[in-house]
Amino acid sequence: MNTFNSRYHRQIILPEIGEEGQKKLNSSKVLVIGAGGLGCPALQYLAAAGVGTIGIIDFDVVEISNLHRQILYGDSSVGKNKALAAKNRLEDLNPTIHVNAYPEKLTPKNAITIFSKYDIIVDGSDNFSTRYLVNDACVITDKPLVYGAIFKYEGQVSVFNYKKGPTYRCLFPEPPKAGSIPSCSEIGVLGVLPGIIGSLQANEVIKIALGIGETLHGKLLMYDSLSTQFSTFSIHRVDAEVLKVKAITKNFENTDYDLFCGIERIKEILAKDVFRIENCQCIDIREPHEQPKIESLNPDYIPLATLEKNISSYKKEQEIILFCQSGVRSRKAVEILQDHGFTNVSHVKGGAIALHEEQILKEV
Amino acid sequence: MQLTIKYFGMLAEATAITEEQLHIDVCSVAELLNTLKDEYPKLRDKDFKVAVNQELVGNNYTINTEAEVALLPPFAGG
Repeated sequence: MNTFNSRYHRQIILPEIGEEGQKKLNSSKVLVIGAGGLGCPALQYLAAAGVGTIGIIDFDVVEISNLHRQILYGDSSVGKNKALAAKNRLEDLNPTIHVNAYPEKLTPKNAITIFSKYDIIVDGSDNFSTRYLVNDACVITDKPLVYGAIFKYEGQVSVFNYKKGPTYRCLFPEPPKAGSIPSCSEIGVLGVLPGIIGSLQANEVIKIALGIGETLHGKLLMYDSLSTQFSTFSIHRVDAEVLKVKAITKNFENTDYDLFCGIERIKEILAKDVFRIENCQCIDIREPHEQPKIESLNPDYIPLATLEKNISSYKKEQEIILFCQSGVRSRKAVEILQDHGFTNVSHVKGGAIALHEEQILKEV
Repeated sequence: MQLTIKYFGMLAEATAITEEQLHIDVCSVAELLNTLKDEYPKLRDKDFKVAVNQELVGNNYTINTEAEVALLPPFAGG
């Protein structure tokens, strides 16, 4: 028996799989969004089963508080990018497969290019904006989506956009109000729960890749780990929801999913905190005649209308704090810099008026 | 008729129960939800879908016989 057959012997001897099924797994390409609580167990089983090409996209780094559930990592991974750390571990687990790490944030700009290289997409993300983005990119590229999500002791699993079945938007057309559903980092999670849900996702992927059994398309599986109960609900495709996504195909790259989910993108800081921040560049975006000047911050003076022209003199990762007279124009200025790829930009709430008042308070 | 109402996720937290029995006349899903929201005001600002006898239904669906009604919220965690 060759090494290939030895590695996969226990699954090859299953009559539904055999050598032919193993070849199907080896030629399948699966992309996992997020290498966290759900992504880790899913990736581990997919790699071990011999899924030939695995993509992992995650911009985040491993933290020590991840280790109780994100089982691909150890102490030595802390501080490393998750996609790269996961790739490292999976290549040791199964050196015969190809693992592509994308240590970046999934955005509407990169999603279509990346999704197009894979056959099946696994959603292991942890927020609604990414989940709607993943759904829409799957509809546009016509890929089956293996969905998993958790809340405290409960989990959900489904297969969307498969065999003309429903999509995520057919189940939940609109995102819930921003902030109405807390995340695992706020409310906690027991490590075993994402272990179970991520493993169920891996199982759905393998069934799709092999074409065996019945997948969860058209069904939502709910699991309650405290009562150990599984419940399944039938869900239906809503053509209008699918068409809505297809209609945005051309403009997909410019869709703002944070905005769609009601998430505030503009970072605002208080006047009293500005004076404490070191190594940042302040920019006064008011017209030259506007008073009072805040000289103690040593700002650059660039009126809003000329901001775009002067952008190239700043580094995109540099911390930049913008202010105007009262904090209205500076919001616009933050958007301009963000649109140009600046990642560490904020504006002062209340603008120069608030800064001036703060200065007086400090002097007293 | 008797309904079994099941609350999942944060809805179980809002009502402080996971399941209850309810005696109610024939009603639409929307009418049932109004009754439940009066009983549990915290349900008012929650987003969820409704399944009757394990099948997702819209708010106009009429419940006219003994049934199991599940309130299903979206989860985001991962």
